Amino acid sequence: MPTEVGSEAEVKESEKLETNVERENVGDAPECQNEKASETEEGSPTPQIPASQSNPRSSGGKGISRFIPPWLKKQKSYTIEEPKDETKNKQPLTSEEQTAEEGESHPPEEGAQPKGKLEDTTENLQEAKVDEGDKKLYPAKEDSKEIVSEIKEDKQEAEEEKRETKEVQTSEIKIERMLPKLPKRTRTVQCKVMLLDGTEYNCDLEKKAKGQVLFDKVCGHLNLLEKDYFGLLFQDNSDQKNWLDVSKEIKRQIHNLPWMFTFNVKFYPPDPSQLTEDLTRYFLCLQLRQDITSGRLPCSFVTHALLGSYTLQAELGDYDTEEHNSDYIGDFQFAPNQTKEMEEKVVELHKTHRGLTPAQADSQFLENAKRLSMYGVDLHHAKDSEGVDIMLGVCANGLLIYKDRLRINRFAWPKILKISYKRSNFYIKVRPTELEQFESTIGFKLPNHRAAKRLWKVCVEHHTFYRLVSPEQPTKAKFLTLGSKFRYSGRTQAQTRQASNLIDRPAPYFERTSSKRVSRSLDGAPIGITDQSLLKDVSPSVIVSAGDKITEAAGQAKVKVGEGTDVDGGITKMAQLEDGKVETEEEENRKKSYSLTVDGENIYVRHSNLMLEDLDKTQDELLKHQASISELKRNFMESTPEPRPNEWEKRRITPLSLQTQGRLTPQTEELSMGTSKTTKSSHETLSVVEKKQAEVGIEETIVTDDTNRDKMQVVSAGGEIQKMEHQLKKNSSSLSSDSSSSESEDEAGEYRPYQQITQDSIKEELEENEVIKEEEQQKADTILCVNISEEISPAQVTVGHTEVTEGFAQADEVATETNFPKLDKQGLKEERVEEQLKVNGEASHIDIDVSSQIICCSEPPVVKTEMVTISDASQRTEISTKEVPIVQTETKTITYESPQFDGSGDSGVLLSAQTITAESLSTTTTTHITKTIKGGVSETRIEKRIVITGDADLDHDQALAQAIKEAKEQHPDMSVTRVVVHKETELEEEGD
Amino acid sequence: MAGLGRGAGGLGRCSHAVVRAPPESLSRQALRRKAKASEVVDFARAEREFQLYVAVLKSKLGLQVLELPADESLPDCVFVEDVAVVCEETALLTRPGAPSRRKEVEAMKRALESLSLNIVEMTDEQATLDGGDVLFTGREFFVGLSNRTNRRGAEILADTFKDYAVSTVPVSDSLHLKSFCSMAGPNLIAIGSSEAAQKALKTMQQMSDHRYDKLTVPDDEAANCIYLNIPGKGHILLHRTPEEYPESAKVFEKLKDHMLIPIANTELGKVDGALTCCSVLINKTSQL
Repeated sequence: MPTEVGSEAEVKESEKLETNVERENVGDAPECQNEKASETEEGSPTPQIPASQSNPRSSGGKGISRFIPPWLKKQKSYTIEEPKDETKNKQPLTSEEQTAEEGESHPPEEGAQPKGKLEDTTENLQEAKVDEGDKKLYPAKEDSKEIVSEIKEDKQEAEEEKRETKEVQTSEIKIERMLPKLPKRTRTVQCKVMLLDGTEYNCDLEKKAKGQVLFDKVCGHLNLLEKDYFGLLFQDNSDQKNWLDVSKEIKRQIHNLPWMFTFNVKFYPPDPSQLTEDLTRYFLCLQLRQDITSGRLPCSFVTHALLGSYTLQAELGDYDTEEHNSDYIGDFQFAPNQTKEMEEKVVELHKTHRGLTPAQADSQFLENAKRLSMYGVDLHHAKDSEGVDIMLGVCANGLLIYKDRLRINRFAWPKILKISYKRSNFYIKVRPTELEQFESTIGFKLPNHRAAKRLWKVCVEHHTFYRLVSPEQPTKAKFLTLGSKFRYSGRTQAQTRQASNLIDRPAPYFERTSSKRVSRSLDGAPIGITDQSLLKDVSPSVIVSAGDKITEAAGQAKVKVGEGTDVDGGITKMAQLEDGKVETEEEENRKKSYSLTVDGENIYVRHSNLMLEDLDKTQDELLKHQASISELKRNFMESTPEPRPNEWEKRRITPLSLQTQGRLTPQTEELSMGTSKTTKSSHETLSVVEKKQAEVGIEETIVTDDTNRDKMQVVSAGGEIQKMEHQLKKNSSSLSSDSSSSESEDEAGEYRPYQQITQDSIKEELEENEVIKEEEQQKADTILCVNISEEISPAQVTVGHTEVTEGFAQADEVATETNFPKLDKQGLKEERVEEQLKVNGEASHIDIDVSSQIICCSEPPVVKTEMVTISDASQRTEISTKEVPIVQTETKTITYESPQFDGSGDSGVLLSAQTITAESLSTTTTTHITKTIKGGVSETRIEKRIVITGDADLDHDQALAQAIKEAKEQHPDMSVTRVVVHKETELEEEGD
Repeated sequence: MAGLGRGAGGLGRCSHAVVRAPPESLSRQALRRKAKASEVVDFARAEREFQLYVAVLKSKLGLQVLELPADESLPDCVFVEDVAVVCEETALLTRPGAPSRRKEVEAMKRALESLSLNIVEMTDEQATLDGGDVLFTGREFFVGLSNRTNRRGAEILADTFKDYAVSTVPVSDSLHLKSFCSMAGPNLIAIGSSEAAQKALKTMQQMSDHRYDKLTVPDDEAANCIYLNIPGKGHILLHRTPEEYPESAKVFEKLKDHMLIPIANTELGKVDGALTCCSVLINKTSQL
């Protein structure tokens, strides 16, 4: 599936177009898109050029889009000049690269808007891709033809551009946008990169260059295509190594540090034999040799000798009695402590490798190295709850806990429900296991906040890289990122493998450098020695912003909204598919402006359902869960809520107008407030919401459960740390109302600082709930309005699926609020266990095109969780009892869908299918485009799936609304068929 | 040479075995758990069973067996497994948890030196380790933390075999970790049915990146078996006889790919001896 065209691209377009094009195009989504693209190109000096490369398609769509962004970014910066030219491709391209390479042209003028700045280059890149994809997708359309031709040209140009880009790449999108036509080159900075073979690579980068520019340059220099396994490290003032986030500006990450980096393996392939190119394996070998000689990868004597012998075979070839005297290996280093005995053993083994080619020797080296228990394990110093020194090892399979050299526990990714950090604490919430009956949250103490954050990021990245299923999969199985918006922006292993399969070039020639050089270089600069601190520190700026957020959550929310609104409203969104982008942009903007809450909760959550899939044990539970859901669905189906067009339209109109204006109308503000509330859990917000409700006049069916309330509160509390602290005091007072809240306070010392509930909110749970619901409803309404579209575009029928998943998690304990008032009412009221979801269904959302919509709400039973600080499995039992905060966890899944669309398009000949995936920190947009011919009529079916994940910091409702709005704008005919809200909430109750 | 016998495929490869004859003092002085204190060891029968055991290794399986002489001052000396952990070319001489057994190491050291293995001695006086607590799966080590084995001992083992993950497993109700489990094949763990055994298994499963199959047998004692993979003979499993543990034997008999060799161990079993306890298996790949 050619998935290249990512939602990202869409985003771009949308942004650009937003101002001008989108609305104009409203008529046909596809056409509009194309037109948009064309318009954008024309309109702006730097057209988005899309992309020349259709090639990327081959790369395997989903992943590609992600990858693309960085490239695009680079390209974009360059593209400023001309649209066509703009299509620069960094590299020759493997499928992946190709996709990425797609040239983008940014209309600087248009792009110049504030959004553009905010947005990351990646977005731009993505957008560009999208454009291309769109063009491709909609060839039938009028515009499409033109576009196609353009694309081709672009492609050709793109190649040239690619090369150029490599050289120049530094310019940033922002700049471009700012400076409409002329690519201005800011001051350049000299950059040094220590390569794996011990050599140094120097280049000049624009000061504002993003990490991707440098990374691509380095990979280009190395002729490396399978680059997703690698990354750039820089050393911070505390000598900790941090991964350079390629999606962000370099200077923002390294600040005043010298521009010196080391090129390292970031994700160790579990099976190196699956790498496509020997070159890639060679670099992996070099990395492992560093790891071994530095002691980071412990080996037995025999293994040292064996690996050393393969190194000799690869570097020197067959053992030659005459040429290789006793000293011939004297310059090689095979182990941290190399003995004469070892060297003799190495020589002895070297003699047995006669006939192995260097590539074969490398392969053998890797086959042995990969079995080492510490292969690919990124170790972090920590202390357990009792202050005992331990090591946390992040690897492909999960998280390993070591005490000294002994593994004392292990948490496979599927067993981890949530990863979070607060301050210097790092938490994982794990599923109940055979050994432990309850979900538990395990906390570790890291040396400092940065270390905790670094560990958290590494976990997020590793989990995503190794575990993320391809975006195409129906299950939106993705993890939710809450708090910190950080997410792994690169390709997953599955994607990179897919892309690697498309590599079609003769095996590149390369010279193996003598490993002695490597070792020497190592001696000089302890490259391999440093701990694996894979985390990227992006934060400083972010932190600041975060602080702001913290100060005023509401303010932030407003700001976010405002930005988003402005952008969206002011600019018509051109993007075809790009709901995701828009959201992404917003998110990014938020990030930039607010970005990471330093202290704030940063949670990385997965859907419990997803998690369940992996667990053998949980299978049954999962099935049950699903069964219950299906039942709910049926019920809902049967009792199809009546569409209430009138209300719907009203709401729809309102929000739109607001958005258009780009201001925060009171309602909007309220919404934002609401979101912020969720995040921060301020009662004030709630009150605001209520006001809104009054205004809106939403129908509410509110069933409040204590648990729910608690959850709600907790969630909100989780939001901001600083506030939390302040609020904590307040909370204590408020606590009286809720037991759960009180608990949180008690625990707050350790974990709960995050979860704080404002007293206000506590006052009336019911009210809150209502308010929230209302808010949600409102939001939903807005969303719906946006999304809901009308009918069919002329020639083509477009069906759009918009799925929004919202998750809220708090750092310590996750409280999730589902905001789907609309859905609820429509049909579904389901009360599961303790919590009852209220369905405040408002017809409004439902109405849209579809007559019948199905809403399913399922709320899983509340799970009590014990907080366990112990990391040692063996000791766990004992320890767990110590601190017995009980956490109630609720998982709610609300599915909202209209049956009509499903399964449509059965008949007909499938012409083409594309899947595009775009991910931003909080939003994942998957677009499936299928083209079929039915009875001579071509039908293009576009399914977009938008998954919004986030915690309190995120305004889900808004994001949802935004996404829907954008989608709708892009595809007027599009209708919303499903909305799924998945909440995971933890309530803490007193341990009593 | 490559491969070092790593991975599950190398499990059970064996060329040499070290055994030690039971001393007469065993019947009265061997350490035993309180629960079995009343059982009387028929030493003559114990000797016959032991000789049969050695004969199987030597004659039937073709291993080169080093037989160490019994030492009457060391009543437990027949249980050689506890004093040495051998993996590939490296042997770790342990520091047995029972002080009375520490001298058993000396003879073993000489034997292993004669095989030119890399010898590592556990000199730390804070460390104790019985080989019976060490389960090597071919991919990793599990070390039972029992009355005989402490964390320090496990750490030294981890230091000795750096290639492998070493995970600790609490063992409370049994003498050793391998009192209720063992490897019955590559990737196959034989496990007893007792609650303690099942709990330990779950711990091991959680700790491991690998997925092991399990073979659950009704009797904990029967879960201790010896898996060998002898070139030309294939998968071989020495297990307790149907006379001793009929239900468990039935389970073993369902293993179709294995050559099953029932071995009686009634007498040594009375002093907590299991099948694996009576030998140290070594695979000398390079006859240098």
